[in-house]
Amino acid sequence: MPRSAIAVDRSRLPGLRPVPRFAFPAIVKSSLANGLGVWSVRHDAVPLIGFLLIVRRGAADDPKGQEGLAALTADMLDEGTGTWSAIEVHQELARIGAQFDIDIGADATLVGVTALNRFAERGLKLLADIVVRPTFAEDDFVRVRQLRLNRLIQLRDMPGVIADRAFARLLYDDAPYGHTPLGNERTLAVLTLEDVRAFHGRLIRPGAATLVAVGDCEHETVRRLADAAFGDWSEGTGPAAEAPDTVARPARLNIVPRPGASQSELRIGHVAVARATPDYHALVAANMVLGGQYVSRINLNLRSDKGITYGARTAFDFRRLPGPFALQASVDSLATALAIRESIDEIAAIRGDRPVSADELAVGVAALTRGYARNFETADQIARAVAQLALYGLPDDYYSQFVPRVESLTPDEVMSAAARHLDPARLTTLIVGDVDAGGQEFGHLNLGDPVIVSADSI
Amino acid sequence: MNISFTKHTLANGLDVLLHEDHSCPIVAVNLWYHVGSKNERPGHTGFAHLFEHLMFEGSEHHDSGFFQPLQAAGASLNGSTSADRTNYWEVVPTGALDLALWMESDRMGYLLPALTQEKFTNQRDVVLNERRQNYENRPYGLASMAMLAALFPPEHPYHWSTIGEVADLRAAKLDEVHQFFRRYYHPANASIALAGDIEPEAALALVRAYFESIDAGVPVEPVRALASLDGERRILLEDRVELPRLYLAWLTPPMFEQGDAELDLATDLLANGKTSRLYRRLVYDERIATDVSASQNSREIAGFVQLAATAAPGHTLPELERVIVEEIARLAAVGPTDDELARGRVHSETQFILRLQTVGGFGGKSDQLNAYNVLLGDADYFDRDLARYQEATGPSLRDVVARYLEPNRRITMSIVPRGRIDLAIPDSTPVDVS
Repeated sequence: MPRSAIAVDRSRLPGLRPVPRFAFPAIVKSSLANGLGVWSVRHDAVPLIGFLLIVRRGAADDPKGQEGLAALTADMLDEGTGTWSAIEVHQELARIGAQFDIDIGADATLVGVTALNRFAERGLKLLADIVVRPTFAEDDFVRVRQLRLNRLIQLRDMPGVIADRAFARLLYDDAPYGHTPLGNERTLAVLTLEDVRAFHGRLIRPGAATLVAVGDCEHETVRRLADAAFGDWSEGTGPAAEAPDTVARPARLNIVPRPGASQSELRIGHVAVARATPDYHALVAANMVLGGQYVSRINLNLRSDKGITYGARTAFDFRRLPGPFALQASVDSLATALAIRESIDEIAAIRGDRPVSADELAVGVAALTRGYARNFETADQIARAVAQLALYGLPDDYYSQFVPRVESLTPDEVMSAAARHLDPARLTTLIVGDVDAGGQEFGHLNLGDPVIVSADSI
Repeated sequence: MNISFTKHTLANGLDVLLHEDHSCPIVAVNLWYHVGSKNERPGHTGFAHLFEHLMFEGSEHHDSGFFQPLQAAGASLNGSTSADRTNYWEVVPTGALDLALWMESDRMGYLLPALTQEKFTNQRDVVLNERRQNYENRPYGLASMAMLAALFPPEHPYHWSTIGEVADLRAAKLDEVHQFFRRYYHPANASIALAGDIEPEAALALVRAYFESIDAGVPVEPVRALASLDGERRILLEDRVELPRLYLAWLTPPMFEQGDAELDLATDLLANGKTSRLYRRLVYDERIATDVSASQNSREIAGFVQLAATAAPGHTLPELERVIVEEIARLAAVGPTDDELARGRVHSETQFILRLQTVGGFGGKSDQLNAYNVLLGDADYFDRDLARYQEATGPSLRDVVARYLEPNRRITMSIVPRGRIDLAIPDSTPVDVS
């Protein structure tokens, strides 16, 4: 192309060409005799294969008084299998250069192995050994539980973690989402290896599990390898946690004192809505306008306009049971009261007092849709996306339908969804910080007398 | 793995790297300016990073935030500042490449007319918030600053951290920003890489159209400085932490130089992951530490290895130190086992490919192309980079450990809970981090 063909016009930003319709790759599905789902997606960009096993049981399934059990069980999986010690399991993984990870969330446990194609079979065999045939030795249990207790001690210094743990408790009390996967020092101290065995035997089972494989591999091959590795995993599974009756609470202010802290860690939110809500897309779009991106109302207000934070964001955490809506920010201690007032005002305003304009919605929708394809660039991204389908029972074309569904939203739909699921009168506010800094007043926030929460009580 | 690309240098000195990959309808734009905190001077620290913030606040022909139009176009975007370079990137849907190039070229060519005192003051406050959030208010968050200050002498440009000192940030003036821009932000000090869904010829024509009219600027002289440690120095820092942590650090070769890859492999087998020697002894067998890790931090004009281990409740930093010194001495004397070496090789191969799965963002192919081009002057370095790891031998690992991780040329730093300096390694001197 000759240079003169392109004239640069700096009087306005260049236009955008249309984005091609996104289509999620085909998922080929089968299942083993024991009920384990085997789902594969062809992806040959690099010579790697990713295996991700999702078990639809997580920290929400911790029995009462045993908070932290699901995570402790997950942590024990790679501590030895068959005749291999914990160190030897990891040496085997290291000999094939595998990347190994275990994630535990409220609703699920995910165990992943990514390896070079030439090690696919060995990688999958190791994954199965780890999940299905862990040794669960007493000596390893004592060590791992002690490491988790030590971790909890260290987390006492991390304001963001203190806030997350205290906020979950404030919102849910002792209901399934009332604790983070780590549990607490009190329950961890009484958990036993028998508890771990029981949890594993009851809930880490093929009936609640799906193996996702993404890479340069035929489904038949994946299925054959999966059958060899997981075929003798005995079938069945126990039920998942059930939703408790939720009690509506009035707005209130809670404080975990941290004298001398230069920043206040803030959480503001309430129990919101489950993943299955028909308002899902409208709420995702509403959140983009409110606090879900850099140019959202709350971030522009607190960061760009007031200059009191490095960043503020909001999110609906969509889960199997109603999850939380929350704002999180770390703000200048001296501006804590201001940040709370502005945040609550913004949350209230998006329900209609400050209507979502067509332009504002267009920015949020465009950010969600125009770049959608880049969420599915790597094998790991695709595998985790497929695992979400398995976890929440979403249809195969869910990702292909996301863009047209979001593009069809109107400002009214978005605002009315926000009005249905955001309630300023129920917002719980939590400050982890130095509330005496600069003689700030919190009374005008109308959140009642502040409740002091001790970090040790969490 | 073959990453094919073409390189062009425009008349004004801007390097252009183009890599075609049509597997996803996105393009990564990645722009490196060869300036970082190492170009700052004492008393003026934190400047390169503060400047990076200002680059998102508007330019002459788009005098408002850069996030809005790009995010609305479906882009993800960000920037980062290190000691050696500042990078800016966008990953855009194919049809928004024009927009990304328009905006990148506008802030390269026309930033200053839009740069007001108000924006400057606002972004300085954002940076002070960032500093509080990521350093001051985070356990062990000041360790990196204290370690850099101890490893490198005050006049060495790695003495300070990229976030800068609070007093310097508060004293920064708008006219310094203008000087900084003119000196460092021009085509001859920059390299742009495009990776993804592009046709190279058309993409090059676009880059020319947007960037070629920008004035070349004066080439920047490389920064040179030397550092050495003549003995062991013991320091301590009190922090809001529950468990004391020991940090050991040694000066090592710069990035890509002889010994860099070997030290990467050696620190892995020594302290990273459950198969490492120190994890096994400290955490698994003796249970005197809660965690251990180490890395070769290779930078453009110097490197350092830092090893960190946290004492388990009831155990002490001297206990940890004794085991660490023993294991380093054993590795320096005998070298790795064949199995350790083989694991290191296959690990590097996998990690190398994992890093190149994406076209851009923080990392990915576009960023790697720029890293090789800017730091080595040779973007075609993928195979040789991997070969550095594949060709490392037992004796070569043993030798770098013996040569660089010497017990009597290191910084020993204890981070202890406030009021518990008795938990530090004996004879440590308290240091102040401002």
